[in-house]
Amino acid sequence: MEDLEKNTARRKRRDALFAVVGLLATFVGMITLGALILDLAIDGVGRLSYNFFTAFPSRFAGQAGILSAWVGTTMVMMVTAATAVPMGVAAGVYLEEYAPKNWLTAMIEINIANLAGVPSIIYGLMALGLFVYQLNLGHSILTAGLTLALLILPIVIVATRESIRAIPNSIREAAYALGATKWRTTRDHVIPYSTGGILTGVIIALSRAIGETAPLITIGALTFIAFLPDSPITSEFPFISFQWLMSPFTVMPIQMFNWVSRPQQEFHLNAAATGLVLMVMTLCMNAVAIYFRYRFRKRIKW
Amino acid sequence: MANNPVKTEATYPSVRELSVPSDFAGINLQRISERIIEFFLFLAAMSSIAITVGIVGVLLYESEQFFAHVSIVDFLTDTQWTVLFTNPRYGIMPLVTGTLVTSITALVVALPLGTVVAIYLSEYANPRVREILKPVLELLSAVPTVVFGYFALLFLTPILQKFLPGLPGFNMLSAGIVIGIMIIPYISSLSEDAIKAVPVTIREGSYAMGATRLQTALRVLIPSAFSGIASAYVLGFSRAVGETMIVAIAAGTQPNLTLNPMEGAATITAYIVQVSLGDLPHGSIAYQSIFAAGLVLMLMTLAFNIGGYFLRKKFREIYE
Repeated sequence: MEDLEKNTARRKRRDALFAVVGLLATFVGMITLGALILDLAIDGVGRLSYNFFTAFPSRFAGQAGILSAWVGTTMVMMVTAATAVPMGVAAGVYLEEYAPKNWLTAMIEINIANLAGVPSIIYGLMALGLFVYQLNLGHSILTAGLTLALLILPIVIVATRESIRAIPNSIREAAYALGATKWRTTRDHVIPYSTGGILTGVIIALSRAIGETAPLITIGALTFIAFLPDSPITSEFPFISFQWLMSPFTVMPIQMFNWVSRPQQEFHLNAAATGLVLMVMTLCMNAVAIYFRYRFRKRIKW
Repeated sequence: MANNPVKTEATYPSVRELSVPSDFAGINLQRISERIIEFFLFLAAMSSIAITVGIVGVLLYESEQFFAHVSIVDFLTDTQWTVLFTNPRYGIMPLVTGTLVTSITALVVALPLGTVVAIYLSEYANPRVREILKPVLELLSAVPTVVFGYFALLFLTPILQKFLPGLPGFNMLSAGIVIGIMIIPYISSLSEDAIKAVPVTIREGSYAMGATRLQTALRVLIPSAFSGIASAYVLGFSRAVGETMIVAIAAGTQPNLTLNPMEGAATITAYIVQVSLGDLPHGSIAYQSIFAAGLVLMLMTLAFNIGGYFLRKKFREIYE
């Protein structure tokens, strides 16, 4: 009997111990995240000034800024979003609402799952061989935007499918009963009701794309750019120009990489400041996504 | 119509007769536009197959040009990778060992931590704590990898150097540890899903026998969920193998045939980045070599994914 009590006590002790170990293990990740943000902030916050956002990169660390980098990031993201969102949502809608159950659909699904596991640099190689040299799009913003769009396509598709799947069939049947066609049902009911989930997925996908560096280096993004792409708005008719799409570019993570790989300490401070800006952007996007998910989950009751 | 059973089909025209003559063009147009829309949606879905074909096609095409100049035997057996030198040697081995050493270092960090976190979150943490811990932990995978690279090179390496004097500034250890921390959320959330999927009756059976939560987790849940956990590990590993910026920044760009994580060495991905940064003429051997390296990387991740698939199949427990 005493043995049994001892045994029970020992097992309970181990159980309690594991609760502590588990919490600590969870904290390893969080402490790293905290240390990382703190480290960037300590090194970089001193460099954050109005000048840092409005200056081009420079040989002199103290005068260098991220103007060309954040403009480049914004433009690349516009191309990425304009490509990946319609394509991803359309593919998700097709797979959930239209696709027949056959080998082709199964193959598309297997493909999407596989693509999500392909290293991002491989997308860069594909874009280098295909977009840059076969389609002659050059080392341009357009190439970069398309590359990142392909990279995040699986995320958008999966998010779209998941939120469409949550819509109960009774909604569709009600629309059909009123004589709506399949597309009308999809356009007026299925897509609007799943917008929240799709939006969450799109934001998370774009926050991934903003931080991507390797595929853009592979397609030949420059690391030192002291000019801006042509403005999309012109003073002459037709007032909109797409010249900027073909412009060479740099983006924030590449600018940061360039500065971190220089030996001089002062450039590391610039890298930290850039990293801080990047972190704030991605964390904000993720916070917005989490908030959306929370709100939509709470609001919608079928 | 139901209220007035006297009037039958004879007096009312059938639906078809009603709509066809007056609305014929409209319905036809609608039918056609429905088909056109469906076709475009189908094209969007097919794009995923096109991407895969594009990736495989480009890698094979450019690698074929590469292997027209370099023999496959040299490629696989030579111990030097000096493509950019005047006397180039084309042995992929140093890049492969660099990739494996950083990835294994990452796994040594991520497997135990990820598994413990998964057990903790699914079996121990109360739901409110979990609601907070999980999203915060998942933010780790949202951090841009170039930021992790900065952290590895300028924060972790100096700390490691205090404990390990003689550790060079560029080393695979620090890069591997940071990759490991980065992939914890991948491993923990997939493993957690797998553990959660074990039917509650099995858990209750174990508790009824007097087992603690820890014993239940280690001896019942993990074996039952092993196929899911193993696939989480495999996914984590293929993330680590494909990781680029952390190694390019913190592990150096010097190909180095070694199994010692305390040294610096280039990985396959770091080599691709290094070559891409220079301005290489299209069609040169160095240009083609990044595609050959990319093909090896792709085959490695593919091999792990297939391995994971069989692992999953072999150890799958099927519950009624």
